This record gives sequence, C-alpha cells and structure tokens, in this order.
Amino acid sequence: MRQLRYREALREAMLEEMERDERIFLMGEEVGHYQGAYKVSEGLLEKFGERRVIDTPIAEAGFAGVGIGAAMAGLRPIIEFMTWNFSFVAFDQIISNAAKVHQMSAGAIQVPIVFRGPNGAAKQVAAQHSHSCAPFYTNIPGLYVIQPSTPRDAKGLLKSAIRSNNPVIFLEGETLYGVKGEVPDEGVEELTPIGVSRLARPGTDCTIVTWGRPYYTVLAASERLASEGIDCEVVDPRTLRPLDTSLMVESVKKTNRCVVVHEHWPYGGPGAEIVDRIQREAFDYLDAPVERVTGLDVPMPYALNLEDKVLPTEERVIDAVKRVAYAS
Amino acid sequence: MAKIIGLPKLSPTMEEGTLVAWIKKEGEEVEVDDLLAEVETDKATMEFRSFDRGVLLKILVPEGETLAPDVPVAIIGKTGEDISGLIEQARSLSGSAPASAPVSAPAPISAPASAPRTESGSAAPNVGRVLSSPLVRRLAREQSIDLRLVRGSGPQGRIVKRDIESYGGGAAEPFVPSGERLPPRVVKASSMRRTIARRLTESKQTIPHYYLTIDTDIAPLADARLAMNAELEAAGKKVSLNDLIIKAAAVALRRVPEVNASWMDKEIHYHQVVDISIAVAIEDGLMTPVLRDADRKGVAQIADEVRALAERARDKKLEPEEMSNGTFSISNLGMFGIEDFTAVINPPEGAILAVGTIRNEPVVQGDAIIPGRRMRFTMSCDHRIIDGATGARFMEAFKRIIEAPLNMLL
Repeated sequence: MRQLRYREALREAMLEEMERDERIFLMGEEVGHYQGAYKVSEGLLEKFGERRVIDTPIAEAGFAGVGIGAAMAGLRPIIEFMTWNFSFVAFDQIISNAAKVHQMSAGAIQVPIVFRGPNGAAKQVAAQHSHSCAPFYTNIPGLYVIQPSTPRDAKGLLKSAIRSNNPVIFLEGETLYGVKGEVPDEGVEELTPIGVSRLARPGTDCTIVTWGRPYYTVLAASERLASEGIDCEVVDPRTLRPLDTSLMVESVKKTNRCVVVHEHWPYGGPGAEIVDRIQREAFDYLDAPVERVTGLDVPMPYALNLEDKVLPTEERVIDAVKRVAYAS
Repeated sequence: MAKIIGLPKLSPTMEEGTLVAWIKKEGEEVEVDDLLAEVETDKATMEFRSFDRGVLLKILVPEGETLAPDVPVAIIGKTGEDISGLIEQARSLSGSAPASAPVSAPAPISAPASAPRTESGSAAPNVGRVLSSPLVRRLAREQSIDLRLVRGSGPQGRIVKRDIESYGGGAAEPFVPSGERLPPRVVKASSMRRTIARRLTESKQTIPHYYLTIDTDIAPLADARLAMNAELEAAGKKVSLNDLIIKAAAVALRRVPEVNASWMDKEIHYHQVVDISIAVAIEDGLMTPVLRDADRKGVAQIADEVRALAERARDKKLEPEEMSNGTFSISNLGMFGIEDFTAVINPPEGAILAVGTIRNEPVVQGDAIIPGRRMRFTMSCDHRIIDGATGARFMEAFKRIIEAPLNMLL
C-alpha cells in the first residue's frame, strides 16, 4: 500500500466522489482559489470549476444554511469550516435544520450533507480556537459524527460520509493533516462503514479507547507500557455517533480494564458515553473502575507549556493504565 | 399484624450465629416451617425455619452478619402493611442486644468479650462489606469462593483479579489443557470444608502456636491395656490405647489446670471441667466431638462414649452441642504410622495434643541396650495463655502418667 498524508487522503476522497457524482459540490471559505486554508482542496477548483468548488464570504451561518437548503433540494454538498470553532456561528443551522428536517418532514426530506474541517487544538491558537467539538455535536440525535485518526480511515470514512443520506459532522485535525499512513492504492476503492470501530493495537492487559489526536499519544504510551510488561489493546471507535461498542466491550471482557483517552473536555461527551456503555455492558468483567484521560477542564491557555499540560500526555495515559492495572 | 422475627437459638450453647444465606427473599410468601435462612453456629450450619406464616416484608440483616440470639433479623406480615414503626423498634432492639447488630450499618460485628466459650472473633478475616471488583464477584460466584476469606490488595483492600488468582485452590481463569495434561477436577467446597478452612486459617493466623514434643516409654500403658482388656473380655468390651491416652491427658489437665484454659480477648477462662475434643476423620473432613468430664470417667466408659461419638460423627449425626465447648483436643495419627506431628489448635481451646505411633526400637537403659516400645506426643500451645514452662510441666505430668499408669489413681 502507498503512504499518503491525512490531507491528501481527504482530498482524494472528495476528488473521487465528485468525479462519481456531479451533484456533489464543495463550499467554504478559501476552498477554491486559495486551495483550502490547510490545502485539503488543492487542485479541486481547477478540476471541477467554480460551479462545484465555491468560495464563500466569512459567513458560516449563511453558507451552512445554503448548503442545507441545497441538500434538501437534492444536491450533495460538502461544507468546509475553516475550523470547527467557526461552526458555532452556524450552530442553529446545523442543529435546528440539518439534524431535524428528516424527522420533522416525516421522512419526506433528506439532508445529505457533510460538514467538515479541522477540530481541536492546533498549536497556541488559544481558548477560542482550540475547541474539541465532538461533545456538542454527538449530543444531537439526527447527526452522524465521525472523527478519523488515520489517513486510511479519513479517506474511507469521508467517502462513506459523502454517500450517506444523513447530515454528517466530520471532525479532522490540524495537527493530523501532515500525518502519513497507509492508504489503499489508486483504483482500489475502500468505503469504510460508518459506525464500526477498529482494533488499532492488539493487547491483553488493558483496553484503551481513543480517537483523533490522542490516538498517537496512546500508541506511543502503549509502546512504553509494553516495555514495562503491560500490554495494551487500543480500540479506535472512528465514528462517535452512532457509537459501536461491540469491539471495546469484547476487549474489556478480555483485559478486565479500560482507559478512555480523548482530547475533549471531561464533562459529558463521547468519552463519558463510552465509559457509561462499558460499565453497563462489561460490568461483570471489570477489575477496576474505568478511567479517563481527557483535555483538562479549563479554557485552553495560550502559553505553550500550559497547552502541553492541558492536552492528554503520554505520562497521564501511562499513569491511568497503571492505576487500573493496580501496578502503580 | 406484622411482627419482628429474631435470630433463634438453634442450639443450647449457641452464643452467636452467622447469617450465611437468606433462602427467602423479601416479598416472598412464608409458610410455617419454611426454610428462611441458613445460620452457621459455632460448628454446624443450621436451618432457620419460620414459626410464622405471611410474607417476608423486610430483611433487616444482610448475609454474612454475625449476631446474638434474639437480635431482630426480619419482619413478617401481610403485603402492604406499614412496618416503619417495627423497623424503628427492631433498630432499638438490636442496639440493646448483647452482640450489637446494626440493622443497616455494615460495621463489623464482634462477639462480646465476656461471652464465655464462644468462638471469639470467629468471623472470617473480612467482616462487614467486602470490597471487590465486579469481575472478582463474578469469578467468586462461578467458583464458589467465599470472598470473606480472600485478601484484597487493591485500594481500601479491594479484592482484585490477581488476589483471586493467587487465592489458594481457586484458579480464576479457565484451565486450558495443553498436550495430555488433564485439567483439575473442580468441586464446590462443602459447607464443612469451608468451616474447617475458615476456623483453621483463623487459628493458625491469630494464635501464636508453639510446640512441645516428648518421647515416652509406652510399654507400661500398652501392658495395662492388655490387662484391662483381659478383664473386660467377659463383658464383651475393649479399650484402646487411645482411650487410655485420653484418660491420662484428662488426669494431667487436672494436675496442671493452667493448660485447661481459653484466651477470650481480654480474659483468660480457666475451665473447671475437662471436656476433651476428639479429632475424628470422616469422609471429606474432620469433626471434633467432645467427651465431657473425661477426668471423672472410667476408661471403659470413655471407650464406649468415644466409640459412639465417632460413629455419630461419621454418620454426620452429631448435634452442634456435641461438637462445641471442648476445653482441650487430642488428635491421633498413630494408626497411619506417623511418628509425630504438630496439630492446629481448635479455638478457643488453649492446646491440642498430637499422638504418634508406637515405635519398637532399641533403648539405652543403664549400660544395656534393650528392646523398647516408644511413643511421641507433641502438644501445640497457645502462647497467650500457656508459657513454655507451663506447657512443659503438663508434658512432664502427662509422661509420668503414661509411663506409670497407676499414677492415674493418685
């Protein structure tokens, strides 16, 4: 398999889908002439023209609403937010319209739309621009929420998201765009199913559930733990709603311990949801309380040394695993 | 009209009982003589049957609690009755009961220090609420492990997977046979086995044992036995060497009464009777019926009674009071050829005498070597009450009697 960067994998997904179905179009700030703020849409304007790659004013509520209207009318828009922090301006459109229309029209109207863009902290973009947005959107019935960790999942899941007839929240990561990984060769189409988790690392002693940026923190921490004789199994849910708990529950039944590691704040959200499901579905198999390693419960500080402390670190992951393994 | 049900006195000597298991659940119909619960008294697990009919409205005492008789344990009445007043009343009653039994508080309960001859602190190492992980509870259920006996190494003593894995006998993970090796045969431990395990573990862990061994010339006693049996032949009776040893020990206990004693927390109870517990091996276990007033009985009577007790033990027909309140134990493995061994004290007794086999061996007498018949005895003593010199004085007195049986008459 070839190696691609996460951003290239996303670009290929859009390119291939737009070639397949001309109802698909991309709309957002700087997606066309500037080739995307993070160069995810590089070359798409040239290939598909201004009717299908549309630069918008700085008006998220407006272009999110236009996109939802287009989807209701039968097109299949991809709406790029320059970052998910800016989606708050379009929150009402997403929650009140995109997530509701299908049900409120008694199924008569579908909203096949993908909202995508970078999510979470980057580096020193401070309190207002470092939001990990999964808890806001996973709370809403009517939305799918996908947060791929690897280039391969980014491509396979974006293709599935574009083909879905439901509104999809697609959370990428600024720090992930440069990550390289295996992606199926050109001409090999992989549609990663929505709502299916993935075993990222087999192990026997402790299950770690993680996704997004901390995925890489966890894999590094697992290597360090393995050298101390603690063999972690890592499960990546990939889709946060609908949430597939089967693999993580099976894993916990084997390891009897679980740590959930995520970037978003600890209060509620998919992290807490996963802990709730595990304690119910694997109760009789738990040898220790399920622990979480999360972004700390504060607005993101600007100072780099503080930002590093707020985001999940390898040390915090290692400490949590040792606590549930009664090894500390 | 609802009423409070107290813990019944299930044997004349029962000072406290552990509510092992509730058979009826709250809300279940109860008929007269229905089995309500199982209660473990000092030696046996007894059935606690209902004298009343109605519905079991409330269980006041959780499983595992140790209580004095008459402490409220349940409320029986009709469905829908208001029992809040009775619950209050039960709470105040249990507060004044000798072995305080909180209705809801999961505090450990210990027997009162002044209660004579009870198994003081007989509750297993973990009393009250046992902290354990959900995994451990499932494994314990599946493997019938009493978690009160497992030491927890987690936070606040929580029992975690590794504790149950290292717990003796309990293999926590299913055994996967490799090659031709067969997996262990897994058998649920009987209530008697669990009682033996609990009591002996408690004994060996809490009583500071030490051991005194003495070697004796058994020929005079063996000869005395032959003479007695010749005398008893007409009556169709026989005494064993063991019966004579019981008698000798009983007489020695009269002569060194400090050994006939029990440590009861802050008190020492010097027994004024000599009641000897006889260890009897039975199928899948061990029973210790008690021979009362062994010092005052003739050897022929001792022989009759010991034989009857052993028979009833093997048939599991002993009443709890026949197995409780001994003051000293004797265990004999001589018939298996064991030369000597150290026995575990049967609490709250202060000592146990282990009897070995007869050895035919050369003995130096003066300047000559003569054939001898020897027997070794080892006494395990509770050092909290019996110091080395005291124990040694007993062994010396005992040896005098063994080697010169006529001394029993003194």
